[in-house]
Amino acid sequence: MDDMISLTFLATLVGAAWRLATPLIFASIGEVFSERAGVLNIGLEGTMLVGAFCGFAAAAATGNIPLGLLAGIAGGMLFGLVFAFFTISIKADQIVVGAALNLLGMGLTAFLFRTYYVSTGKGIEIAQPVHIPWLSDLPFLGEAFFRQNLIVYSTVLVAILAALVLYRTSFGLTLRSVGEHPKAVDVSGRSVVGYRYAAVLVGTGLAGLGGAFLTLGHSNQFVEGITSGRGFIALAVVVFARWSPIGAFFVSLLFGLFYALQLMLQAQASIVVPYQVLQALPYIMTIVTLVAFRGKGAAPSKLGQPYEMR
Amino acid sequence: MSVKPFLRIDNIRKRFGPIVASDGVSLEIEEGEIHSLLGENGAGKSVLMSMICGMVRPDEGDIVYKGQSVRFASPRDAIRQRIGMVHQHFMLVPNLTVAENYILGQGSALSVISDMTSVHRKIRALSERYALDVRPDAIVEDLSVGEQQRVEILKVLFHGIDLLILDEPTAVLTPQETDRLLSLMGDLVKDGKTVVFISHKLDEVMRVSNRISVMRDGRVVNTVRVGETNARELARMMVGRDVRMELPRSPKPPGRIVLSVENLTCRAETGLPAVRGVSLDVRAGEIVGIAGVSGNGQTELSLALSGLLPVDAGRVILNGNDITGLDPAEINARRFSHIPEDRHKHGIVLPLSLSENTILQRYDRKPFATGGMLNRRVIGEHTRDLIKRFRVKSRDENQPIAALSGGNQQKLVVARELARDPDFILVNQLARGIDIGAMEFVMEEMLRQRDSGRAILLISTELEELFAICDRILVMFHGEILGELPPDRTRLDELGLLMAGNKDEPALAG
Repeated sequence: MDDMISLTFLATLVGAAWRLATPLIFASIGEVFSERAGVLNIGLEGTMLVGAFCGFAAAAATGNIPLGLLAGIAGGMLFGLVFAFFTISIKADQIVVGAALNLLGMGLTAFLFRTYYVSTGKGIEIAQPVHIPWLSDLPFLGEAFFRQNLIVYSTVLVAILAALVLYRTSFGLTLRSVGEHPKAVDVSGRSVVGYRYAAVLVGTGLAGLGGAFLTLGHSNQFVEGITSGRGFIALAVVVFARWSPIGAFFVSLLFGLFYALQLMLQAQASIVVPYQVLQALPYIMTIVTLVAFRGKGAAPSKLGQPYEMR
Repeated sequence: MSVKPFLRIDNIRKRFGPIVASDGVSLEIEEGEIHSLLGENGAGKSVLMSMICGMVRPDEGDIVYKGQSVRFASPRDAIRQRIGMVHQHFMLVPNLTVAENYILGQGSALSVISDMTSVHRKIRALSERYALDVRPDAIVEDLSVGEQQRVEILKVLFHGIDLLILDEPTAVLTPQETDRLLSLMGDLVKDGKTVVFISHKLDEVMRVSNRISVMRDGRVVNTVRVGETNARELARMMVGRDVRMELPRSPKPPGRIVLSVENLTCRAETGLPAVRGVSLDVRAGEIVGIAGVSGNGQTELSLALSGLLPVDAGRVILNGNDITGLDPAEINARRFSHIPEDRHKHGIVLPLSLSENTILQRYDRKPFATGGMLNRRVIGEHTRDLIKRFRVKSRDENQPIAALSGGNQQKLVVARELARDPDFILVNQLARGIDIGAMEFVMEEMLRQRDSGRAILLISTELEELFAICDRILVMFHGEILGELPPDRTRLDELGLLMAGNKDEPALAG
């Protein structure tokens, strides 16, 4: 391969990486909020599926993509409300409820999809790339960064906004404290339960959005299990990113790169590795990440623990 | 004097399940005084004050503050009325800065944190005014316990208060830090504030208060002016009768060395050095005490001896055998008993029954088990016997131990450890959570164990406990043994000096 080709390859790779990272960026930033408040929501996978399905259903009915995205967010939040009720109000074990919601999300979306859509086999209109004038014509950079759809661009905004909210507002300060020393928040007069609900809703809303991107900005179809483990990978991203939203953005990009790489390597005829090995790449990286960054150093100290008022 | 009461508490009652924490408490606090609440652990002091600062809501009764009946739904309501409390367990978020902790919960939830410089300026000004030495940009978890307490006090001042409640503030402080705190309380009163000081330490209360209210069993027994009473009278009010701390003890020369610790060194869970080259011997038939302000390595010493913390250097010899680095089960099996400091963590399993808790170390062997099956009948008999001998208040032996009060849980732990027929007994905080009657019983039991030839190492922060039953007292400071004192020829202040790390003073002079 000469230099021109490999540069094109690289630009396509980076562009695809960002696209493939988008659902992870939304879901992991959402999970940062949830975990910073002390709630470990392993039900992300199910939540993303619900978001993907709701987004698809709303867009299929109305033909309106923004409406579909909103439906994805709403679906995620509705699922989050169930999670929050059981883990925060009833104080059920967060892992158990999260696992149950994953199963529910898979079963429910598969059931609804088969009942109402599968026979139509019809795709939907999806968000189209918006070429940013002038910038998109730049060599390499244009292809890599400036020919995405609006949902992909918005990830930058979401990451910056999330960091501002978390570190520069009273809400963020309180939310982070809820995960470290909830009693101090209680004594200061703010509601620990209220903040945990809010954190879970922000988290699941973003997870729903991440799911909706899959059907509205990536593929034009809902497929059973379309998230294929992205919810679990987002959990690993949060650990790797040390519970920072900006960190989650870049770590997601890294995982997006693994996705893009395996897709593009599959297309290379010269590579003889079985494609299944390449497909497993993002998942192998997840395991490696979790092992390498298992240290508890940055984890919120009350992660996973319900709050008992006296 | 006809001062209108600043704060009047009228017939307050509060129950937590079966436990009556406040049994009709009435109390008046005057403006501008330092009013001490004195009482044993569990007398109801903290609960009472938690109701005044809005953390706990009373079941019955009235709180009249500045002439108005108040009912606080949350601590925020109390802060609005300029009432602040410094809790025993700090309400500081460890990974935030001091300033961030102060603005936590302030203003609207949606507000943007922008003007930190003015917050910092206000903190510095207050810190200077009261000589508190608090840096607004310090991260809380990097500060020592004493510093964190000053941060807590400044937090309350930052929010603006007229009434400051301090809950057992001196428990975690060195004598020097305590002096500093007591003089700070004086400064606050000069500035027109009113202070309620919760403590169970007679000397501090006598030094600093205008008036003292003594609490016992959820009631205020009496309120007295400090000039019109003395320590002995206060102690009598606290326990309801004369304190007889002189327990009869037979003068008996100690026997062979049972436990020998040589140059023991280990680190705390945080990785910081905690025990630095401790050497000591405990002989059969003696009780050796270790005194010290908590946090000077006592916890790690007891964990290392019992096999719960790895030893970095040095040796532990029990009955002539090296037990360094063995796991707790192996150490337990060598006639080593351990009454731990944190019983919930290392002593009992809360959801299990009394019976199950009494056989925790021996469930797998005779007579409690045969062929892998538990002998329920034997276990039940054994437990009932212990319950009776140690007067553990419980419904029956099948009740979960979580249902018992802390004192009764402790009695069961003591009973279990003594029933294992040990040669050596390691005790960390013997009477924690036990009422005074049971405390005497447990201490007498320790003396009986001593007389029957057992070796006992008693680590305690309660000096009375040490003076009452120890044959020798070692003082631990910064992970080292600073000195040894004979309890019958030592004054409390001499011990206090050593506990503060003051080695140069001739503590044994005279």
